[in-house]
Order: sequence, then structure tokens, then C-alpha cells
Amino acid sequence: MVLVLIEHDDGAAIDTTLEAATIARDVAAQEDEPLEAVGFGTVPGDVADELGEYGVDTVFAVTHDGLTDYAPVAWAKSVRELIDDREPSAVIAPGTDRGGETFAHLGAIADLPLAANVIEVDVGGDEGYELTRQRWGGSLLEDARIDAEPNLLTIVPHEVTAEPATEAGEATLESYTPELADEDFIVQVDRREESDTEGVPIDQARVVVGGGRGVGSAEDFDQLEELADLLNGAVGSSRAAVNEGWRPHDDQIGQTGNKIAPELYIPAGISGAVQHWVGCKGSENVLAINTDPEAAIIGKADYAVIADLHEVVPEINRILKEKHR
Amino acid sequence: MNTLACIKRVPETGAKIVLTDDNQAIDTTSLGFTISPHEECGVEEAVQLAEETGGTATVLTLGSPEADEQLRTGIAMGADEAIHLETDGEQWGPRATASAIAEGIEAADESFDLLFFGNESADQENYQVGVRVAHTLGLPIVTGIKNVEIDGDTVVAEREISGGTEVFELPIPAVLTVKEGLNSPRYPSMRSKMQARRAEVATATPERSEANDVEMIELETPERDDSPAEVLGEGPEAAEDVVAVLEELEVI
Repeated sequence: MVLVLIEHDDGAAIDTTLEAATIARDVAAQEDEPLEAVGFGTVPGDVADELGEYGVDTVFAVTHDGLTDYAPVAWAKSVRELIDDREPSAVIAPGTDRGGETFAHLGAIADLPLAANVIEVDVGGDEGYELTRQRWGGSLLEDARIDAEPNLLTIVPHEVTAEPATEAGEATLESYTPELADEDFIVQVDRREESDTEGVPIDQARVVVGGGRGVGSAEDFDQLEELADLLNGAVGSSRAAVNEGWRPHDDQIGQTGNKIAPELYIPAGISGAVQHWVGCKGSENVLAINTDPEAAIIGKADYAVIADLHEVVPEINRILKEKHR
Repeated sequence: MNTLACIKRVPETGAKIVLTDDNQAIDTTSLGFTISPHEECGVEEAVQLAEETGGTATVLTLGSPEADEQLRTGIAMGADEAIHLETDGEQWGPRATASAIAEGIEAADESFDLLFFGNESADQENYQVGVRVAHTLGLPIVTGIKNVEIDGDTVVAEREISGGTEVFELPIPAVLTVKEGLNSPRYPSMRSKMQARRAEVATATPERSEANDVEMIELETPERDDSPAEVLGEGPEAAEDVVAVLEELEVI
């Protein structure tokens, strides 16, 4: 069988989990084996139903007295125990902070190689899996081979399209209690703190308005803030705007910042260096505002406006406010 | 407190990555090199903590003889010691890299209280070297950290999550992998760069581990969608057309 690690929030599987499940189902089909899933804490019935639609037969819900919150080593050891019980040929996780961290531990603990950032898998013949993985934020691809028992893979977020199985099945939910020691909980989330910034978090926003060097100052982001508010979206920025001190790093979109996948991204005054593009290429639509028709971002966007953002953005805001009235 | 920052020499890629003829590497003939951005923040944090507590900061790299340049940047940023685990410049997989670095750390004169790695290297993005080193050394680790505070024998490490942060508390000694945004790395002065040129670098030549690892077949550059954008208009008059697109996309 093939095993996929799942993450769920508010009674639903998160998008990146469904993307990983889509690849995992493909690997399972190539192997001609069933697909099973492992999640942590109480896995709601709705999540199991959703996974059933993605071709999962069985969902193991890991529960343990010590597992009061996310604990990477405890998660990795639980998956390791399940590997020993179920002997999967591949174990796949979304390449999220938690998926990636858990699998790095799993690789170390189980003494196995780990292929990260995978986008495509061919289970091939006797020499292991041939896979394609992303490097440099996706501006470079690597064809690679992994040959272990099992093969550990993490899937790049927002690159693969999540697709339910053609024939929806039903997943059975099973409780699974691993043997864990106190030392497996040395690293565990101690507490959470809410961000002071109001509004929709950038990774959840349907619309993101991005500002770059062309914005010119911290104050000039006000117009972009207003546009984002009117669209119930969030503001992001390029690395250049962060380096200028106009925006906090938490807003940064790019290879070393947020990787966003909204329905619409509106980069304004952003030239579109590859390091920025790799952070927003998951967007369904890109509408670029730039004074330079030759800017790289214009070549990559779906829609373009050749204009000074300081002139056109207030005008867009004015029309939107009229409509709101 | 003694700190360590592990760094990697990576090319400063331009708009388009060009590969060598055999598709085994990036053609770097016209490129400069730098420290991976996450790791630059690791160096800054290591130096600040050593300065505040009166300890030493060490920078370590595994890489070609040319990676000496990045170690000296680390020294110019304020690191006291440098360790170069020299290779022939071939690309090493994450397991071989981790095992050589762990051995290098164990062999070092200093023992380290906090060890910093980048969350992932800019060029290979394997997301695992720091974690593998921590397991070999038997130290706790947490990844993707953007804020670090010391509270006695504990390091309080924060990771960004959607709409906030989650906080971990680890007993020292510990390993952290960090992300850009942790701090603002300093630009070394000309004087400190000159001094760094004369600094001593401890060098060792590690054996490359034969452990079963992910094996690269070849590199390729992704196909790019170069279809031109639909130009909605020029100047502020384009605003109406923008709003029409927003309506069409059903975001308003």
C-alpha cells in the first residue's frame, strides 16, 4: 500500500493535503496497491469522507495521551511505527512546514533517504522511483531516482492540482495508538500567538495585492491596503520593499518568503524577478500593474495595466467604493 | 554561549537559469556567489548571541575550495572561527552532507550551545540536512524559525503559521533551522572584510558517505508560459477595465 500523511483544520483536509493525496493515489495506482492515510488527533468523519473521494481506503487517526499538540519527533515516530505495521512501498506528505519537518525526522530516525519538493513520480522498474523535484523555488527541475523501502517523498505545495478520484470510495476511520516515550515530546508546540495585523492572512486570502520598489515608500502602501480591503484580500510585498523597510518580512512573497496561491494576485510596481515569481506562480490569475511594458512581470501575467500605480490604484478604489455604496 | 552557523555557497542566479551542456549543473561562469539568504540570518543570529553572552561564534561550510569566500564573509560579519569541510565541488546529497557536517561539528575544538542552519538551501531545497545533523548529535531541533529568544537554559523559538506564530521551547544545547526575516543581517565594513582575509580557517577533507540517497539524474529548466498578458489599458483610464476583470473573475 501507499501511505499519505494528512493535515486537517476546522473539519476539512487542507488544500496541500489533497494535492499530496492526488499524487499518492497516482503512485498507488502505478503500484497497483491501495491508498491509506495517517492523521493526528481526532480526525473528523467529514475529513475521512473527503479523503474517500480522493481514493483513500483507510484513515489511521493517531491518538496518544502525550500528543496534545504538534510534536515533530512524536509524529515521525508514529508514522515510523505505522510503516513497520503496514509495510507501505511509498510514504508521501505535503511539503508544508509540518509535513516537511516530520519527514526530515522520519528520514533520520528510520535511516531512509527523503526526496523533497516532488511534483511527479514514475514508479518505474527495478531501480526505484524516477521523480521530478523542484529546486530554486521551481525555477529549476531535477530528475532524480530514489530506491528504498519505503520511498519517502514530500510534495511541493500549490504545484499539483488536487483532483478527486474518478470513482469515489469510502474511507474507514481507524484509531491508532503508537508507543511513544517522554523524550519524543521534548519538542512540541508550547503555545500560539495571534498576529497583530488585522484582516485575512496572506496565505488564506482569495485576492493578494503586492507592492514592490515602484510603490516608493511605506506610506504609499496605503492605496494598496485600501484596494486589498475593498477586495477582502491581503497585502504582500517584494523582497525589495522589505529591504527598504517599507513592509515587515511576514508580508514578503517569494523564494524566501510566502508562497501564495490566491484566485487573483495583483503585483503593483513589482518588476517580477524570478525570486519573486516563484512565490506567486501558484496564483490562478495575475493582474500586473507596471509603468514598464517590458517588465518581466508583464510577460508572466494574465492581465496587465501599463500605468503608474499611484494614479491607477486610487481610481480603481474610487470605482469599487462607488459600487459598494 | 558558543554558537555555530552552517552556511552554503550558492550562485546568485539571474532571470533565467542556464545549465551546463551535460545538464548536470548550473552554468555559473558568469555568476557571482553568495550565502543562502536564510543562512545569512543564521550567521547574524549566531554572532549577536555570542556577542551578547561573551561566547564565540563559528561559521562552518561543506563545499569546494572556493566556498572559502563565504566563510570569510561570515568572519567579516563577526564570526570568531571558521571551519571548512572541503569537497571537490561535486554536488553531495543531503545524507552525505549531513553526516560530514555532524562529524565536522563533533571534531571541532568548541562545543556549541546553539547551532543554526538554513531552513532549506536556496539551490537544492532538500529540507533535511539540519534535522539529520541534530539526530546524529542527539540534540533537539525545530525548523523554520523566525524569532529566537534565550531564557536561561531554554531557547524560545517562534515559527510563523497562518495568522500568527507557534512557539516552541527547547532545552539548550539545541539546533534551529531559520528563515529569512529572523533579523536584518549586517553589511560588513570594508575594514572587517580586510581583516577577514587574514583570518585562519580550520580545514578538513571529509569522506563522502555512501548511504543510500536520492540520486540526481539530470537537471532541466521548466517550460515557461511566455504567452503575452492581455493588456487592459494604459494610464488611470484603465481602472474601469480592471474593475470589469475583477467582476469577471468574481472576486468582487
